[in-house]
Amino acid sequence: MTSLPAHPSGKRLGLVIDLDICVGCHACAVNCKEWNSGGVAAPLTDLDPYGADPLGVWFNRVHTFEVGEGATGRTVHFPRSCLHCAEPACVTVCPTGASYKRAEDGIVLVDEDLCIGCKLCSWACPYGAREYDYDAGVMKKCTLCIDKIYNETLEEAARVPACVATCPASARHFGDLGDPSSAVSKLVRDRAGYDLMPELGYAPTNKYLPPRPRRGAAEGVGAGAELAPVVAAESGGFLAWIDRLLSG
Amino acid sequence: MHPALSVIVFTTASGAGYGLLTWLGIWAVAGWLPANRGLAAVSLALSLGAIAVGLLSSSLHLGHPERAWRAFSQWRSSWLSREGVLSVATYLPALLFALGWLGIGSTSGIWGLFGAVSAVCAVATVICTALIYVSLKPIQRWNNGWVLPNYLVLAAMTGALWMIAVQSLFGILDRSVVIVALLCIPLAALLKLGYWRFIDRTASRSDAGTATGLGALGRVQLFEAPHTSENYLMKEMGFRIARTHARKLRTIALVAAFVVPMLLTLLELVLPMAGVAFCAMVAAVIAMLGVLIERWLFFAEAKHTVMLYYGAERA
Repeated sequence: MTSLPAHPSGKRLGLVIDLDICVGCHACAVNCKEWNSGGVAAPLTDLDPYGADPLGVWFNRVHTFEVGEGATGRTVHFPRSCLHCAEPACVTVCPTGASYKRAEDGIVLVDEDLCIGCKLCSWACPYGAREYDYDAGVMKKCTLCIDKIYNETLEEAARVPACVATCPASARHFGDLGDPSSAVSKLVRDRAGYDLMPELGYAPTNKYLPPRPRRGAAEGVGAGAELAPVVAAESGGFLAWIDRLLSG
Repeated sequence: MHPALSVIVFTTASGAGYGLLTWLGIWAVAGWLPANRGLAAVSLALSLGAIAVGLLSSSLHLGHPERAWRAFSQWRSSWLSREGVLSVATYLPALLFALGWLGIGSTSGIWGLFGAVSAVCAVATVICTALIYVSLKPIQRWNNGWVLPNYLVLAAMTGALWMIAVQSLFGILDRSVVIVALLCIPLAALLKLGYWRFIDRTASRSDAGTATGLGALGRVQLFEAPHTSENYLMKEMGFRIARTHARKLRTIALVAAFVVPMLLTLLELVLPMAGVAFCAMVAAVIAMLGVLIERWLFFAEAKHTVMLYYGAERA
């Protein structure tokens, strides 16, 4: 049924991604690919994987942006995956009932046995969360590792999405964003977590934490005072004469 | 957006087919349809055939065409499903209308009513087709008030041009249809020009800043893409057409879809019957080619917000 759940449980499982911490190592994307190549959405087909023009399905992609310009510019690594929106148009546009949003935890999934591969859901998603598997002829997307987070054969600590489990910098957090007292909800409140493209009204569950303000002074980043930025010599006077003498 | 040939053929062919069916239905109710079996056969075959070709074409772009029947199930939420249901449902009154006109030779009474119901279903199907595109918020060039009137009037225009062409083959010149065409063509041209003006002067509210949420920190530019070769998203959503080519194609579409058919249709008012038949056939074919180019541009010029993650600064 592609109508949204009439009685959602209030539980909204999702991710909080810390753009201040992400180092852009792509481990989340790689571990996602690894887990899901054997999981419920398998295979994540790669076409021409060792050729000149490889093409494959990934649920997680890490983009790197330059934000600001010149001295105030900074590099921000930006992991992008399904946001498991509260208002997922990818679900409601589906003509077959293959796309659905679970009432019990808000996870957005595709039933690959019902999918006709019309691709309309990928057009309806502003975030590029859905990728078409050219080989299987169906649409695939992040499952929030549904076959991992509820897997009771795993140790409890391992019941988190593969991307979260593998992040070496702990830039990714998993939890119930519908519960205001959860650790992830608290993190969002403390760090002013935000929605991507809120203007489109999809009400994403996943939240992003902004990079912290820059700390320019040496002490601000824990460096010794001797490492303070060198001040350029003034153009005239005694110090400038010394500077020319020493630079000569 | 990638201009998929199957979808372009579907929307143009079914648009013309539903347009023709609409005019036939209205003409039946008005009592203006000649009781001519040959005319009935060709008109209905062209209309229902164009719709069938369109529907078959649209199923070609599916990953699993054998599961296409499943698309009739989600009419509560999906415009694509509603379009599927209505496109098939239209065949019921349309075939009964055909039975009356072609089989019994009557388009009055109940048979005319079937024509009227066919017309209503045909218009509703075209509305659903347009709303599939209009409802997609990530594509600002579709998610606006210009798209629905464009689809409706282009269907009405091509339908009327085909109606004149078929009638003229049987030596009939129905001036009412010619007047309908002469009203539809400039209206369609104005709506298309209005649409192009709109997309040239407006942009999506979303940009690279809102897509990443980093806009407050300064200009957001892609520094390094996540992968070195193209993926599905870039192939499907990242189609780009050079602005100069778009300009030329717009001119060609305007001339073929509107200017030439308008002049030929005006000529029909003064030419003898043989000339009318020639002009009407050429006008219908050229208009279809023009609308095909117009529809190709409708896809090729559409921009999707996902490309904001791949280097586009505006969507």
